[in-house]
Amino acid sequence: MLRDITIGQYYQTESVIHRLDPRVKLGGTLLYIISLFCFKNIGGYFLAALFLAIVIRLSKVPFKFMVKGMRAILFLLLITVAFNLFLTPGEPLITLWKLHITKEGLWLAFTMAVRLSLLIVGSSVMTLTTTPNHLTDGMEKMLQPLRIFKVPVHEVAMMMSIALRFIPILLEETDKIMKAQIARGADFESGNLIKKAKALVPLLVPLFISAFRRANDLAMAMEARCYRGGEGRTKMKPLIYHKRDYVAYICLGLYMVVSIVVGRL
Amino acid sequence: MSIIKAKNVIFEYIRRDEEGNVEGINTAVNNVSLDVKQGEFVAILGHNGSGKSTLAKHLNAILYPTEGTVWVDGKDTSDDSHLWDIRQNAGMVFQNPDNQIIGQVVEEDVGFGPENMGVPTREIWERVEESLKAVGMYKYRKHSPNRLSGGQKQRVSIAGVLAMHPKCIVLDEPTAMLDPGGRKEVIRAIRALNDVEGMTVILITHYMEEIIHADRVFVMDDGKVAMEGTPKEIFSRVEELKALRLDVPCVTLLAYELQKRGIPLPAGILTGEEFVEALQTVYKG
Repeated sequence: MLRDITIGQYYQTESVIHRLDPRVKLGGTLLYIISLFCFKNIGGYFLAALFLAIVIRLSKVPFKFMVKGMRAILFLLLITVAFNLFLTPGEPLITLWKLHITKEGLWLAFTMAVRLSLLIVGSSVMTLTTTPNHLTDGMEKMLQPLRIFKVPVHEVAMMMSIALRFIPILLEETDKIMKAQIARGADFESGNLIKKAKALVPLLVPLFISAFRRANDLAMAMEARCYRGGEGRTKMKPLIYHKRDYVAYICLGLYMVVSIVVGRL
Repeated sequence: MSIIKAKNVIFEYIRRDEEGNVEGINTAVNNVSLDVKQGEFVAILGHNGSGKSTLAKHLNAILYPTEGTVWVDGKDTSDDSHLWDIRQNAGMVFQNPDNQIIGQVVEEDVGFGPENMGVPTREIWERVEESLKAVGMYKYRKHSPNRLSGGQKQRVSIAGVLAMHPKCIVLDEPTAMLDPGGRKEVIRAIRALNDVEGMTVILITHYMEEIIHADRVFVMDDGKVAMEGTPKEIFSRVEELKALRLDVPCVTLLAYELQKRGIPLPAGILTGEEFVEALQTVYKG
């Protein structure tokens, strides 16, 4: 059962958005988020929502998966709205005891809520349509220029993909150790928070030891297979831009132009 | 032509106590010499702590001998300038299948070695395909390694080494963590490589039944080579094997005991069929 855990929230299906190069999706998401914070009027938000709706439609991912991400930040969203609503100084519309809802506050709360929702749904589209593996590849390629500043881009990407590979293995191991400790009378369930945290020690110590041992073995296996860092390495699945990726870039460019024109009016 | 040659190899490691003071020196490999020829199937047998795994790590330049020399394809392993050549020529498969699979998809893992060597993309795909077919795992190429059985994972590891086009494969107890079914599956794949592709194989194991098909067997004990010969020669020395704490296969043991009780069976019977045949000739004659 633990083997079935998926990392991230990739939704498996066939669509244009799924097939896009991860660099397009990463860049597009970044541009989209920037655009959200540039709008000055309601027309801009309509445009952003429309654009997102088209992308979601193209991705063939059911809408309810998009909203799943929203649930996690609902609380944050409510607080933001409340603070903006009550604490923005300006022309009061309604007064409740000592709290004033101002005209400016109402507008600010509304735009903030819309911005955050679009932002979350927008980035969900990226994670739902791209495998973690692809995302790592895309990031490695996009951050390549940072190597001038001695940022170990390849190494970080390699670490991320190894971490992704080992998460299910370590989860399984946790499960095994937990059962072994329960069989010896360990209690992970009862007690207050401090007691529960203390109960985790006999779980974490063996888990860490085994993780280090695995890391040691893996490093040896990698070296035995001639791994020597990113220098001179070729790719089995190199990222290559296809026609659809250029089309996507043009669409993004158009979106940016229109949003600048509409949003600044 | 010899692919791997070791001459008077000694490997020592220093034991330290908790403060880092030297407690003593362990000699894990003690004056071992061996010579493996192209296309041979060599087995190295020994119980835990006999130094067989330490020796294996010398064949791939993971460890360097304290004294003596190891040559892989004519190149001295302690010379750093040949390091990657040596690692490519002597591919290594380890014991734990989970800890040597790097890719998240079977085909990506097999491609890892060629990627590191800088093989062009198109050729990587060709190599991945042929290697996976050689171990019979081609239809699983798109699977996640986490969903494979132990035997299948080990076959993927072997494919990963094959894709580097090595001149020989060193397998360090590849079946130690597998169930009997998985063990059979892996040994069958290794034998096929040796028979069909003519790959030089060095199999390190403590299971006696896995060495039956080897051309030559080295038995290690306490860092030294205790016995050397063909499987038949080795298996005919039952008492010595027992003294080295190795389990002799049932058939061999049965034949040996019958022999002791006066039934004229030949020495060093390895398989059931052989045993039945020998017994039939005894009773017909």
